[in-house]
Amino acid sequence: MRVEIIVNGRSHDREIEPRLLLVHFLRDLLSLTGTHVGCDTTSCGACTVLLDGVAVKSCTVLAAQADGCEVTTVEGLAGPGGLSPVQEGFRQCHGLQCGYCTPGMVMAATALLAERPDPSEQEIRDGLKGNMCRCTGYQMIVESVQWAAANGGAR
Amino acid sequence: MIGSAVPRKEDAALLTGRGTFVDDIQRPGLLHMVYVQSTEAHALITGIDTSAATTLPGVVGVWTAEDFAELPARPSVPGLERHYLAGDKVHYVGEPVAVVVAADRYAAADAARAVEVTYEPLPVMATLEAALAPDAVPIFAPLPGNVALEQPVTPDGVAAELDAAPRRLRARLVNQRVAGAPLEPYGVLADWVGNGVTVWATVQAPHRVRAEIAQVFGLARHLVRVVAPDVGGAFGVKSSFMPELFLAPELSRRLGRPVKFVEARREHMTHTYHGRDQVQEVEVGFDENGVILALDVTITVNIGGVPDPVGIGLPTLTSYMLGGCYRIPKIAARYRSVLTNTTPTASYRGAGRPEASFLIERVVDLVALELGKDPAEVRKVNLIGPEQMPYQTPFEGIVYDEADYPAALELLLGELDYDALRAEQERRRADPGARLLGVGLSTFVEMAGFGPTPLFEQFGYLGGWESANLRLQPDGSVIVLVGTAPHGQGHQTAMAQIVADELGVPFEAVSVLYGDTAVVQEGIGTMGSRGMPVAGNAVRQAAVEVADQARRIAAHLLEADPDDLVRVGDGFQVKGVPDAAVPLAAVVERSFKPHLLPEGTRLGLESTAYYEPKNLSYPSGAHGCVVEVERDTGRVHVVRYVCVDDCGTVINPMTARGQVHGGVAQGIAQALYEKVSFDAEGRPLAASLEEYMLPGMLDLPRYETHHIETRSSFNPLGVKGIGEAGATAAPQAVVNAVVDALAHLGVRDVEMPCTPERVWKAMHHAS
Repeated sequence: MRVEIIVNGRSHDREIEPRLLLVHFLRDLLSLTGTHVGCDTTSCGACTVLLDGVAVKSCTVLAAQADGCEVTTVEGLAGPGGLSPVQEGFRQCHGLQCGYCTPGMVMAATALLAERPDPSEQEIRDGLKGNMCRCTGYQMIVESVQWAAANGGAR
Repeated sequence: MIGSAVPRKEDAALLTGRGTFVDDIQRPGLLHMVYVQSTEAHALITGIDTSAATTLPGVVGVWTAEDFAELPARPSVPGLERHYLAGDKVHYVGEPVAVVVAADRYAAADAARAVEVTYEPLPVMATLEAALAPDAVPIFAPLPGNVALEQPVTPDGVAAELDAAPRRLRARLVNQRVAGAPLEPYGVLADWVGNGVTVWATVQAPHRVRAEIAQVFGLARHLVRVVAPDVGGAFGVKSSFMPELFLAPELSRRLGRPVKFVEARREHMTHTYHGRDQVQEVEVGFDENGVILALDVTITVNIGGVPDPVGIGLPTLTSYMLGGCYRIPKIAARYRSVLTNTTPTASYRGAGRPEASFLIERVVDLVALELGKDPAEVRKVNLIGPEQMPYQTPFEGIVYDEADYPAALELLLGELDYDALRAEQERRRADPGARLLGVGLSTFVEMAGFGPTPLFEQFGYLGGWESANLRLQPDGSVIVLVGTAPHGQGHQTAMAQIVADELGVPFEAVSVLYGDTAVVQEGIGTMGSRGMPVAGNAVRQAAVEVADQARRIAAHLLEADPDDLVRVGDGFQVKGVPDAAVPLAAVVERSFKPHLLPEGTRLGLESTAYYEPKNLSYPSGAHGCVVEVERDTGRVHVVRYVCVDDCGTVINPMTARGQVHGGVAQGIAQALYEKVSFDAEGRPLAASLEEYMLPGMLDLPRYETHHIETRSSFNPLGVKGIGEAGATAAPQAVVNAVVDALAHLGVRDVEMPCTPERVWKAMHHAS
């Protein structure tokens, strides 16, 4: 089947197998390898991207379901001016160690701040509970999101 | 720069999706490999029908054990060599039985499902009890029984000392099986070209992987290039030798195309090594004051269906650390490593030492409970004092470096406001509407900085040293090649901080590279908290040597004696003569001009240093956990977690804090949430992250971190290591808190993980 998906502002028109997952569309067809696969069961959130502005786990979304939609991946966040506030927050507050969960975490945090620009710690934890990190124990991720909220939010 | 919380050099790439993990790498003509995994825990393979699979579109081929009979067996302890695929029988669910290669990962997965394997069941022994029962049958063919190793660690027992002790008690402690579960599963990409092979792999020790691949294929090592690119967490589980490290190169060789293998999570949870899984039988002798006089320990470790050379020996490290941070004059230890029809076990963060810390910290609390004393007081009468350092433990060669254990405990008790917590605990117990409150202490010491060559050789490494090459560029900037292979620890940053201080260059002027055997001089790797204590000191040594070379050239430039020069700003100056100065960049530039240097001067400013540690290092500290327990449900809430850590000199407080947080998180998770379990037929009950309880943001607390900085005299930087401290300290802090919350009900122990069900049952059946 044929799909047309706008990814990070560019339209991609591709012939795909109907069963192709969105994460593999991004990684294997578009070489956008920033989006990672961690679990295959929607448990870990490493594959989180924005689908029409909503955070989704791309390992359990078919590329076909994204036909005609706009997808934002981690590659689409940083602009010519440098890192987005969320990315910069993670750098300033050591919100990442190995970096594998990070793209998904950054996308989920961006979506959270778009919806709730000044979240409490509890709201951050609640909003990101679907994203697993095995390295940080989460507290410095919470601090990273708080830094981002105070320095530009979801831009 | 040492001691500065600078943001990491690693982060810019990882935050923008421009990291390079194994699965991100593409090669022309790339093929994908997947396993057909055993569905049975113990069975003879009576047939493998690959005919349907091989006809599917995109499938290149299917191979079984006999197709690899020519390859030398996977390296192991002599006599316990393992095959790449199950041959005539399977030993656990998830064991690779066949391997499929196809044009893409979807086709490969389809084909793996189409391979028909028939089995003739054998008796399944999924537990230690079953594997050790009189009617048990041998699991691993080279061994006549299911005990792979029986080791008396100490020559003598302590029966006389126990008999002489005024009080004694026994305990049986279980350190359950958990999964390291790095977010990035295991992956390998092999590209055999001409007479050599390049292997990108998610590993912690690329040079050792290179040596093993070269040996199996009979290649000289320069023809094997192993690259550990960005590695998405490892925690020890990426230090074991997986069959795919050899099968992917072999299939690439046969097919003439690059072959990639990346585990699905289900494969990872059943095929890649698990950790811990010890049962500990303990007897302790003590006096009325709680002073511990003797300890007797028998450990049984479940090593799974195929023995791993590291996994079978880890209780040795447990044994060495049994005394914890206490003056225990007599310790006897012995262990058995037992095969069962489960996934093999090996290293997981702490690898044998957290099991020891858990044991002794639970024992101290049991002694306190038995005597009706406060657990803090029992610790105080047993702690080794700072004046006794370095402290020779009852184990030969195990000597603790400088630390102040009592000071760590005092700081912790103050930060906890311990007395107030005890008063609050009493108030809660009297109020049936209130959640119960518990406080758990863990005064811990662990073993790090692995670790002199004679010890590390026993785990199969070429040495226990680490290497660093440092070279100055003509503009004064620096490139460092270090022999470690980090996976989140931030070595680019911490090593650059060390170089900045020792060489007097800006932190920004230093780049640190690692993980590529074609580029980096011989190295050992990242495990056993050896990054700073061993590699950090290698980097320091290289910097010192290069600084000395620079000083000589600067002296020549300034027409002065090298000893009369002092370091200033960005260069050198003749002592007391501010006008006679030269910037470092000019010195480096000059180092490349032979006609302007004294005859015989070596060109360039560069050094390769190998640092061999004199001893292990011993990070320590005191952690405290405060829990609330719901009376109706048994649910445990960690309301505070306070850490006091002493890792010696802190290179980067921000990344050190990150290491503590992450380790504590894994320790809390072991105490409350995680368990790899199997049913009686050996079928895994936690084969995905839907079933295995990896904690999320709502499951873990804020951590309060504090440091005591006692320099170690064992190495020039005075560092001890911090990567495994949290995981070593936390499980017993949490369990001690849970038991403490329920102690007035007569509860003495709750097995990990302390699930609501277990806690509720303990509350209601204790007396």
